[in-house]
Amino acid sequence: MSDGKPALADWTTGAEAIVYQSCAACGNLQYFRRSFCVACGAPDPAEQRASGEATVYATSLVCRAATPETRAHVPYNIVLVDTVEGFRMMAHGDNDLSIGDKVTARFAQFAGRLVPFFARTKS
Amino acid sequence: MSFITGVGLTSFGRHEGSSSLDLMSKAAELAIADADLKRSEIDGILCGYSTVAPHIMLATVFAEHFGVRPAYAHAVQVGGATGLAMTMLAHHLVEAGVARHVLVVGGENRLTGQSRDASILALAQVGHPEYEVPLGPTIPAYYGLVASRYMHEYGVTQQDLAEFAVLMRKHALTHPGAQFRDAITVADVMASKPVALPLKLLDCCPVSDGGAAFVVSRERTGEAGVRVLGCAQAHTHQHVTAAPALSELGAEISIARAKADCGVAISDVRYAGVYDSFTITLAMLLEDLGLAGRGEAAAQVRAGHFSRDGAMPLNTHGGLLSYGHCGVGGAMAHLVETHLQMTGRAGDRQVRDASIALLHGDGGVLSSHVSMFLERMR
Repeated sequence: MSDGKPALADWTTGAEAIVYQSCAACGNLQYFRRSFCVACGAPDPAEQRASGEATVYATSLVCRAATPETRAHVPYNIVLVDTVEGFRMMAHGDNDLSIGDKVTARFAQFAGRLVPFFARTKS
Repeated sequence: MSFITGVGLTSFGRHEGSSSLDLMSKAAELAIADADLKRSEIDGILCGYSTVAPHIMLATVFAEHFGVRPAYAHAVQVGGATGLAMTMLAHHLVEAGVARHVLVVGGENRLTGQSRDASILALAQVGHPEYEVPLGPTIPAYYGLVASRYMHEYGVTQQDLAEFAVLMRKHALTHPGAQFRDAITVADVMASKPVALPLKLLDCCPVSDGGAAFVVSRERTGEAGVRVLGCAQAHTHQHVTAAPALSELGAEISIARAKADCGVAISDVRYAGVYDSFTITLAMLLEDLGLAGRGEAAAQVRAGHFSRDGAMPLNTHGGLLSYGHCGVGGAMAHLVETHLQMTGRAGDRQVRDASIALLHGDGGVLSSHVSMFLERMR
């Protein structure tokens, strides 16, 4: 993302990874990749791979999809999770997840793309 | 000072063969006639957008089509908050002396101009193109996420949410322009097809054809004196992934700013027109705005508080949920209905007292908010 430093590959580019950025100046974490810190404006936040450990914040089971590719997957569960690192992200998850569940990421194919998929953490 | 001097609203539903420009023109003509003005007296035009016929200069396209050469014109895009954002801008424009009569117009053949899939797909693009849209969410899913969290934090149930759909349908029953006019029950809502759980089909507004317009003027043009008392906006995020905590959403911020703008308290309000794209939207906004206590809006619906003859009549035309949702014009119908109520022209939907009204619009996924107080002047 920053000049001369290639961005870490993540699921948005087809790699099995979740990547976030952290700001050396103010410590802010951000998930949507930018060339600057959204909190303080400092350039070149550092990129890191997330562990994939998270807690479910919200869920919505999609039963009506809008394209033939996504329709093939219904019902599929869209979830927002809060990662242990401290940022929130959208992903897929098991259909029976509840808010507050501890979950771990893997990756799955969805409508021709690789997407993060969360299942309950095995204790 | 600014006045809403005229309003126009088409029926919502199917307008086979009508383009977005046709529906905008129809509503605009009604609003200008209602203001007792001529087309040539309109010197400002604000319009929304059309997902069916996107254009980089829709206001100019409309002005040429409609036969007006305004001194000020452009489109505004804030999703579902567009109608009230345009009204707020028109209010400031006439107050600043930029224009005398601003025509605010929205209309779209969203139902018959494209497939439902195309509509759903177009709207899903409010999501983040890299981090959300590839996951296949839909607008109902974005709101479904918010609903699941809201229900979790405040103990709201699916039956609670269903009450809002039932109320909006009850209000639509007596409006000849409403898209849906068959009574429904909570059981019907609960039994309707799952769309993006916890939201089911009857928790979601429909896709409609329709148009709405009003004229905002520096002075009144007739007896009707409905003026903008105060208004404000708040924009906290675009994407639901980046939304703040439920307790920090924009509706609370915009209503606080609007109250500060004009010194009106919620206890002064006699009529409410509140954005209702989904049942959860309405439930949350009523509580964020202070029209109901936290987690208590559904109980207030059951108690008749928001009914036509209740203490705080709400969306008496049926709202987006039952009058229909044609895009920008959808939420503008709330203002049209409010104006009719404030000027005593709502017929058998007329409420006792609509002397001070609160309007609220929401765009995106509770992303952009506009709150506005209107006052009837004698």
